[in-house]
Amino acid sequence: MTVIADPALAADARRERRFFLSLSLPALFIVGLAAILPILWIIRQSFLTTGGEYTVGNYEKVLSSGLTWSALVTTLELSLGTLAICILLGTPLALALASARPKVANLLMAFVMLPLWTSILVRTYGWLVLLRRDGLINAALTGSGLTAEPLPLAYNFTGTLIGMVHYMLPLFLLPVYAAMRDIDANLIRASASMGATLGQAIRMVILPLSAGGIFSGSMMVFIYTIGFFITPAVLGGGKVNPLSIRIERTLSTFQDWGSASVLGILLLVLMALIGMMFLAARRLMARNNVDATDA
Amino acid sequence: MMKSLPITIDSVRKTYGSYVALDDVSLDIQAGEFLTLLGPSGSGKTTLLMALAGFVRPDSGKLLLDDRDITRLAPNKRDIGIVFQNYALFPHMNVLANVEYPLVLRKTPRAQARQRALDTLARVKLEGLAERNIAALSGGQRQRVALARAIVFEPRVMLMDEPLSALDKNLRETMQYEIRRLHDDLGITTIYVTHDQREALIMSDRVAVMNSGRIQQIDTPQRIYDRPSTRFVAEFMGEANIVAPGAVRRIDGTDASSGALMIRAESFHLDAKLVGRDGVALEGTLRAKAFRGENWLLTLAIDGGQEILVCIPAALASGCAELATGQRVTAYAPAAKVHAIPGSRA
Repeated sequence: MTVIADPALAADARRERRFFLSLSLPALFIVGLAAILPILWIIRQSFLTTGGEYTVGNYEKVLSSGLTWSALVTTLELSLGTLAICILLGTPLALALASARPKVANLLMAFVMLPLWTSILVRTYGWLVLLRRDGLINAALTGSGLTAEPLPLAYNFTGTLIGMVHYMLPLFLLPVYAAMRDIDANLIRASASMGATLGQAIRMVILPLSAGGIFSGSMMVFIYTIGFFITPAVLGGGKVNPLSIRIERTLSTFQDWGSASVLGILLLVLMALIGMMFLAARRLMARNNVDATDA
Repeated sequence: MMKSLPITIDSVRKTYGSYVALDDVSLDIQAGEFLTLLGPSGSGKTTLLMALAGFVRPDSGKLLLDDRDITRLAPNKRDIGIVFQNYALFPHMNVLANVEYPLVLRKTPRAQARQRALDTLARVKLEGLAERNIAALSGGQRQRVALARAIVFEPRVMLMDEPLSALDKNLRETMQYEIRRLHDDLGITTIYVTHDQREALIMSDRVAVMNSGRIQQIDTPQRIYDRPSTRFVAEFMGEANIVAPGAVRRIDGTDASSGALMIRAESFHLDAKLVGRDGVALEGTLRAKAFRGENWLLTLAIDGGQEILVCIPAALASGCAELATGQRVTAYAPAAKVHAIPGSRA
């Protein structure tokens, strides 16, 4: 069927579309000013000597330094470690929340969200109080005789990981919980009626149907943790040095804007690569599976 | 044909706070029977079905499958096929994977599971759609997949919870016959829940009419329709007029009935000759008339003001178009169609 369009009506439609698009202009302006310009400035800095001349020396220096690569490894270890623990702790928690009665679920959700309303600095120092050699946890452990010596929980990788998991868990939980809550309860019932044990129902129905949520949560955890600074700075005790700490040190100790910019770009590239990997994997998944939300 | 089992429901009670969903319901279902639980929403029919499936835990009472007590048996051990109202198909699996699912759970060898799933799909007329995604199916096709998935593992009992309520009228009628035929082929004990009285009459061996958590009457479709045991059943099953014995006049002057009389709207004739000597007559003022295609519906006000519905088949209603409201009309019904509801008053 062909429709002969009235040019006046078509113009109205165009005007309407243009108006709604124009609503995004203030945000675009801010993003341009606050994100794009600084990034361009950093890229320029990375090619300049301290004297202001053009050079690729910053790249040679940073990329040939063992410190850079060990920082990269630490960054990935922290991110992957946090992600793994978030998946292991968060997925069962989300399932528990999604299957709880609404009242109980809301209460539990409030507990989960509470930390999000507290400043990250306060929370990190809070962990320090708990995890220090003479902190509450070690006092309880040695006091009860469970361990002879206090455990090294703070000022190291373990402490940093604990702090990061604590920060990321609610953010991981939200999309997973949302996905699981949207699963039709009759699917689980149907599954049981056909003979599925709870384990089989979780593995064959619940997890595949919440894969999208687990995916979003994982991407969030990864992208966030790649650039984490406060937690490793406070709980790492100088022994945990991801890229973010290296950038800060390069600036504060050596005032080397060129090298710091190169490290910043490295971080940015890492984030972009991981983001693209996640998106590609999601597209692959969507092709093999009908999206649960379609039905 | 698979071996099907009888079910015994023995004084099953379920309450939610002060709300009584099932009020000591007892019911025997024979092996291979097609039994329908019919009732308005909130009557307890779905709660009873879900208790049989194991998803609702009764407060008291017993459920027996054959002579085995399944009251406390986990749902996944009951070996009952269920068709849900919204089909509950797995959206992340294609048609074949949905139907294979119960067989995969039972560790059936891959090739055998596939063959049985394909055979079952053919049985519900879905050949060629095995690789389709669920999202790409029509409502009727989804219904058939749900049926296939419920019978592929040869359960001893099948439960169906308003399976046709989401389909349009024509498709619903086709599926009614197909489900019944499938039941007759498999001989599987089936409990079917619906709020549609026509559907219950068409499909069932027996119908259990439920209201307020109780079974009002359990009987064959004809007896439920013609010989309702309560006023609720009489009115739920169709256009029923319930009048006091004094409101009708016996044509031949035989004995008066006790209790309230039920006369279905379509039992009336306007021509006394069509009823014969053994019948009743009822006179009233015509309040309204409506042409409904296959019949005319007349509303008569009898003495005392009660309104009576009279339904005259269009083929026999030559005079109906000329009737004017306010006119006196006499309607006749054969005595065989006048049913005294036991122990009730009009």
